[in-house]
Amino acid sequence: MSDQALKELGDHIKSGLSDVVLSTEVKLGELVVTVQRPAIVRVLTFLRDEPACQFKLLMDICGVDWPAREERFDVVYNLLSLKHNHRVRVKVHTDEDTPVPSATAVFNSANWFERETWDLFGVFFADHPDLRRILTDYGFDGHPLRKDFPLTGYVEMRYDDEQKRVVYEPVKLTQEFRSFDFLSPWEGMTGVMLPGDEKARGPITGSESK
Amino acid sequence: MTTADVQSKGYIKPYSINVGPQHPAAHGVLRLITEMDGEVVERCDPHIGLLHRGTEKLIEYKTYIQSVPYFDRLDYVAPMAQEHAYAIAVEKLLGITAPRRGQIIRVMFTEISRVLNHILCIGTGALDVGAVTPALWGFEQREVMMEFYERVCGARLHANYIRPGGVHQDLPAGLADDIWEFTERFPKFYADVDRLLTENRIFKQRTVDIGVVTDQEALDWGFSGPMLRASNVAWDLRKAQPYDIYEELDFDVPVGTTGDCWARYLVRMEEMLQSIKIIRQCLVKLKDTPGPVKVQDRKVAPPKRGEMKSSMEALIHHFKLYTEGYHVPAGETYSVIETPKGEFGVYLVSDGSNRPYRCKIRPPAFVHLAALNFMSQGHMLADVIAIIGSLDIVFGEIDR
Repeated sequence: MSDQALKELGDHIKSGLSDVVLSTEVKLGELVVTVQRPAIVRVLTFLRDEPACQFKLLMDICGVDWPAREERFDVVYNLLSLKHNHRVRVKVHTDEDTPVPSATAVFNSANWFERETWDLFGVFFADHPDLRRILTDYGFDGHPLRKDFPLTGYVEMRYDDEQKRVVYEPVKLTQEFRSFDFLSPWEGMTGVMLPGDEKARGPITGSESK
Repeated sequence: MTTADVQSKGYIKPYSINVGPQHPAAHGVLRLITEMDGEVVERCDPHIGLLHRGTEKLIEYKTYIQSVPYFDRLDYVAPMAQEHAYAIAVEKLLGITAPRRGQIIRVMFTEISRVLNHILCIGTGALDVGAVTPALWGFEQREVMMEFYERVCGARLHANYIRPGGVHQDLPAGLADDIWEFTERFPKFYADVDRLLTENRIFKQRTVDIGVVTDQEALDWGFSGPMLRASNVAWDLRKAQPYDIYEELDFDVPVGTTGDCWARYLVRMEEMLQSIKIIRQCLVKLKDTPGPVKVQDRKVAPPKRGEMKSSMEALIHHFKLYTEGYHVPAGETYSVIETPKGEFGVYLVSDGSNRPYRCKIRPPAFVHLAALNFMSQGHMLADVIAIIGSLDIVFGEIDR
């Protein structure tokens, strides 16, 4: 689908939902619509039923964590229209405490995806019929895909032969997890002053020092 | 309710049965909590995540090249198809296209993966409802195809062959002929399975009208792939949103009409024949398409071994590529391909560094399993097993 057609579709969505659409953009041949969080159910219903949209399939819901931002989470909905053969990506922003209205009333497929997003990111979905953890262990603590959750986790488990059951213990690493900084000095070092750089940049004032 | 009630009113108390997580019909580590009314399922709650390995988190800590092998470990029944999806996503962000020969090889191996997958799905699906032979015969054929995997990349399962920018190496000598010979032998196997199962009275008793999904329900539950096509929705990403060389290929998309387990079986059977057709077309195209199999940009694809022995520049490129990797321009993409199980999506967010900022994997079987509760309500417990067999679930990709 051409960028032009996607742009027109984006404009159409924007005009139909002018009060809640924050922005629409076409990047890499994909249409991204950012909307206000409380209106997400209305937006999804519009996208599903509007004749020019007909996004009958909700293919994916996922979270993205941007810890530096005030509303740190993106919740991303990927929709597909079989009739018009195009896709749209809808985004809302939220933080740890603010719930996102659940899309389960609009699409049944939202159920498990929202459970997954809740499990991995701790994004709360209001009015979800069954918001339990789905991928992590029973009794798991924390939300592992947040950027501030360590890759190794906090606990490890093993079978304890004395107690005849599985026990959880704090993670013990024989070697610290090594996160290499592979940024090459040529690409990653723009705008950084190393000792001696001032000699190359500063005005050469040889006569003054004498 | 007391025992006396049960006896006097003929009323059976509902009870729950725990199936799995270790159960031969669970296709891996699926734990099912079923609430039963007699032998009829009232509610069926799949507990998943027993094979969760944190793939998405791990990928965030690896460079783009190092992430490729994780995709083999998702759907380990058809490993290369997942790599293909990831390669397309990264190529889109990088703004490169694989050379033509590379694309042909990729498509060919994705189709080999499709046959691999469908053989296993049909075989174990039949095993679940009591037919042992198709599974045994199927594994014989799978072994032949895994040998093709091994010859092209050195591993039967964890291929790491399809890379962003093409494929790792060209086909070794003689492999193309052997694949061609296999495609000639395959219809014999297909006919045998067809004769065993398709009109088999027991098989039909167990699958016809079981787990019926209408087209509207299939859309609402986000189905894709054979599950969607069996519910009478003609939709195939290879036709609708073609990638690589699918546009030039001649193949049909089978569509089922009834949406039950039997229709899903029929769709998969026909898809195998179509895949064989595609493989043959790819082999013909390969013959008159010489050239590189991966992009010739040394910042993305490594140089040849031989080149590294004589060229300092090539050595540096190789070193940089396998330590730092390449930097992908900031941006995001949701790239999809039609894997054997359905729409496999990779939502890749790059922040401009050499590691993915976020890589969400959209596994098709996850969505299909989510619909298990709705599909199995009102069926017998044994039918739930037949439905699971027709869902084609592999826990590597569901649990990630």
